[in-house]
Amino acid sequence: MIVAERKPFDEITGFIKDCKRILLVGCNECVTVCYAGGKKEVGILASALKMAFTKEGKQLEVKEVTLERQCDHEYLEEIRSIIAEYDSVISLACGVGVQFMAEKYLGTPVFPGVNTLFMGVTEERGVWTERCQGCGQCILGQTAGICPISRCAKRLLNGPCGGSTKGKCEIDKDLDCAWQLIIDRLKELGRLDDYDELIPIKDWSTERAGGPRKLVREDLQP
Amino acid sequence: MRLTYPDSIRIIRLPCTGKVDVIHMMEAFRKGADGVYVVGCLEGECHFLTGNLRAKKRVEYTKKLLDDIGIVGERLEMYNIAASDGPRFAEVAKEMHERIKALGPNPVRGAIQNRRTA
Repeated sequence: MIVAERKPFDEITGFIKDCKRILLVGCNECVTVCYAGGKKEVGILASALKMAFTKEGKQLEVKEVTLERQCDHEYLEEIRSIIAEYDSVISLACGVGVQFMAEKYLGTPVFPGVNTLFMGVTEERGVWTERCQGCGQCILGQTAGICPISRCAKRLLNGPCGGSTKGKCEIDKDLDCAWQLIIDRLKELGRLDDYDELIPIKDWSTERAGGPRKLVREDLQP
Repeated sequence: MRLTYPDSIRIIRLPCTGKVDVIHMMEAFRKGADGVYVVGCLEGECHFLTGNLRAKKRVEYTKKLLDDIGIVGERLEMYNIAASDGPRFAEVAKEMHERIKALGPNPVRGAIQNRRTA
C-alpha cells in the first residue's frame, strides 16, 4: 500500500485560513489502512479544524466525504455536483489522489492533508516499512524475494557492502542489511549458488530517472 | 461511603475504556467541555485484556492534537481506578476539577457563547 501520515496541523490550517466552507475528502484505500486519511481521520481532522477556527472567533463549515478511491475518475466524479459550493478542498488521499482531484476540478484549490511517504507494508499494528520503489524492472526473482533497491540504503545490486555488521546496516543499527536477508533466505532455499551470479548493471530508464512514467494497455482501452 | 465529588462532572458510562476513540474526546471539546478524563480499570486488570492500555495511548495522542489546536492537552487525562475504590474516584474528580478550574474555560466554549450572544 501507499503509506502516508497526516501533515502538521499548522500547515493544514495555513492552507485554509481564509476559507469559510471546505470540503474534506478522505480515501477508502491505502490511507485508510495506514490510518492517515480514511473516514475516521476525516472526522478527527474536521473536528480539530472546526475547533481551531471557533477558538479564533471564526466559523468553518466542513463537509466530510470519503471516496472509494481518489485515483479513478468515476469516484472523483461523485463530488462534481457539490465541489463548487466550497472555498477549497483538503484531500487526505496520497499525492496521487490530490493531483488527480486538482486536475479534474480546476476552479477549486485542492490542498494535501497528508505527506505521502512510501510503498510499504504493515509490519505490525502502527509500524509501516518500505518494500518497493517502483523501479519498473523487478529483480525479486534473483534476490530471494527481498528487494535490494528499496531495502538497501545504497540500492546495491551485488551486496553487501562493508557497512554491514552483524546483519544490520551502518546507517541505522535497527535496520536489517537487505543483502544479509537475501543471503540468509537463499541459504534457506538451498539456492546459495545464485549468490555467485553477478546481477548486471540495471537499466534505470524504467525508474523515475527516465522521467514520468506511463503504461498503456491497448487491449483494455475503449 | 456517602462520598461527594464536584458537581461539575458528568459521567458517561461505557462498557470499557477501550471503546473510547480519539473522535469522542475531540467532539467533547468541540462541543465545549472544559476538561475530559477517562477512567479505566487498573492496568493489567482490564476485563477485555488491553482496553485500558489502548485508551491510554489514544488519550496521549489526543492530548498532542489538543496542544496543536491550542486547547491545551492538560485538559484531558487518563486515570486507572479499581471499580471498588470509591475514595480514589472522588479524589480524582476533585483533582481534575481543580486542574480545569486553574486552566480556565475551554476557549472553544467561550467563542461559542460569544457567537450566541452576538
